[in-house]
Amino acid sequence: MMKCSTFLGMIAVAAALQTAGAAEIIGAVTLSGTPPPEVKYTPLMADPTCGKLHKTMPTTHFYVVGANSGLGDVVVSLQGISGQSTGASAKPAELDQKGCLYHPQILAVQTGQKILVKNSDPVIHNIDIQPSASSGNQPFNLAQMPGTPPLTVSFSKPEMFIKVKCDVHPWMFAWISVFDHPYFAVTDKDGHFKIENVKPGTYTIEAIHRKAGKETKTIQVKEGAPTEVNFVLKAP
Amino acid sequence: MRLSRFALLTAIATLGLIGMGGLVTSHGAGMSVPDWPNTYGYNMFFFPISKWVGGIFYEHTHRLVASGVGMLTSVLALWLYGKKSRPFMRWMGVALLCLGGAALAADPKGWSNALVLGLTGAALSGASFFWPRCEASPKWLRRLGLIAFFAVVTQGILGGLRVTEKMQQLGIFHATLAQLFFALVCSIALFASPWWESSGARLRGMSSAGPAPSDLRRREFGFVLGATVLILCQLALGATMRQQHAGLAIPDFPLAYGRFWPATDPASVASYNQHRMEIFAVNPITAAQILMQMAHRFMALLILIAVGVSAFSVRRRLGAGHSLSKLTLVWLGLIFVQAFLGAATIWSNKAADIATAHVVGGALSLALGTILCIISYRNLTLVQSWVRAGTRDAVPIHPPMGARAATSGLH
Repeated sequence: MMKCSTFLGMIAVAAALQTAGAAEIIGAVTLSGTPPPEVKYTPLMADPTCGKLHKTMPTTHFYVVGANSGLGDVVVSLQGISGQSTGASAKPAELDQKGCLYHPQILAVQTGQKILVKNSDPVIHNIDIQPSASSGNQPFNLAQMPGTPPLTVSFSKPEMFIKVKCDVHPWMFAWISVFDHPYFAVTDKDGHFKIENVKPGTYTIEAIHRKAGKETKTIQVKEGAPTEVNFVLKAP
Repeated sequence: MRLSRFALLTAIATLGLIGMGGLVTSHGAGMSVPDWPNTYGYNMFFFPISKWVGGIFYEHTHRLVASGVGMLTSVLALWLYGKKSRPFMRWMGVALLCLGGAALAADPKGWSNALVLGLTGAALSGASFFWPRCEASPKWLRRLGLIAFFAVVTQGILGGLRVTEKMQQLGIFHATLAQLFFALVCSIALFASPWWESSGARLRGMSSAGPAPSDLRRREFGFVLGATVLILCQLALGATMRQQHAGLAIPDFPLAYGRFWPATDPASVASYNQHRMEIFAVNPITAAQILMQMAHRFMALLILIAVGVSAFSVRRRLGAGHSLSKLTLVWLGLIFVQAFLGAATIWSNKAADIATAHVVGGALSLALGTILCIISYRNLTLVQSWVRAGTRDAVPIHPPMGARAATSGLH
């Protein structure tokens, strides 16, 4: 018993030492201007099975704009860092197929991190994942029947916006960004993000949105207080 | 049923298959069945209809129709061998039956595969007893039948590898080979037709008797051949564009992003992508794709001119009443329809049915061009043999319209 508690204590100290001196980066991404109107998912509603899963006509979510023009689904990440992935031990990410749409539509993970692909629909889906040919990531095309356990996929190389598609329901898309470090985040519906456990230093940070483009900044992360950085992306 | 009609049936089925393939790409359903040759683990002929949903419907139907065309092509190739193919069919059928039995013994759970093999073997063996006792077609035609058989097998494998290897580039070859295969089957239907034989005999008779057959020259043949080659290049370009799955690289027509020539600098392309709100083909477009579509448009214009020149020159040479003149006019009409369908594809934001009609129109344009090339070439060679025979002085090389019509072997 004594040995066990000593061991646990050592782990706690090691963890504390590891995060000691680490800081967090917080901020928000906002969209300036008015985005183009989203498109109705007419083919989804026309589908005999998928249409029944929605009470109202769903629309695309290319520009998720929340309070104070905060822009969701923006991938924010530190640049110039590699080989620091903790993906193998990270909590698995989830990608759900619900209402014949992907949730979330924008996902970011580390290399080696498991992604559990769930099918919450009463209909068959296929998960067609198409990394770029030059990335070195493995493509997948897996069938998933309703009510079956989640499928597990992962990627070995960093890559931005890997397309995930269901060819059975060709309006279904999601994009996965893969980093080989844990210093990234995806903005919430109001455009906020938080990157934790960053060691003090000078970094280049990038905010990238599939449609609104990207912005890069240089920041100084200091021990103690969180570093705040905000981005403004332009609507077309 | 006659061989020629069966060949025509195979050609029509192939056109239907090209249409189905067009629907698969237009609906972005090419990968909706992740396995091949099975369908979701089932032998494709036993895949439950209840599971033919969404994109699976298009892809699975495409596979079934492709199997049908494969079967028709096999029968066509065998038919070209006439009664000679009987022993081959009998023993191949027995071999397939044995293979089916062995497959069942090795894996009783895979009974459906064994059943398909066994039934194919039984059908083949049984058919050998009722097979037409006709003589074999000429050797060159039999070879064309064999080429068609290997082409359809290659085409099936290409389609399968496109799925299993997840290689989009293979889709380009798959789509282009489909067009070539259709042109080949149409050519076989032409060669097997009674018209081909009777008109050939008539032409040969005329050339040996003295009067000139239709006075076609190398120049007219060159125009027709050139236009056909352009159409083939255009179809390959179209297939490349469709396999990008990027929707419309240019959303307007006749202008391109509101200009005669669109800007393709990185900032402009980024701006185009920002404005795109696609539901289906969501891949961002690139400058190369924009240039490809511009090339497709200019190539269309070039084809329109080339086919127009072909129609005009053939008509001037042979007269308006000549069958070749009429056929080139039909070709020109088809190209106009095809150009309109291309424009409609853009105006409708690449509606699946219109885009598919555009693919089918392309196939018909190439097939008709190929047929015109073949007929023109035969007329050309007969004129040349007539000239070589030394009877040139007997009949003016440009006989009056009436005389030309009377001597034409195509009426």
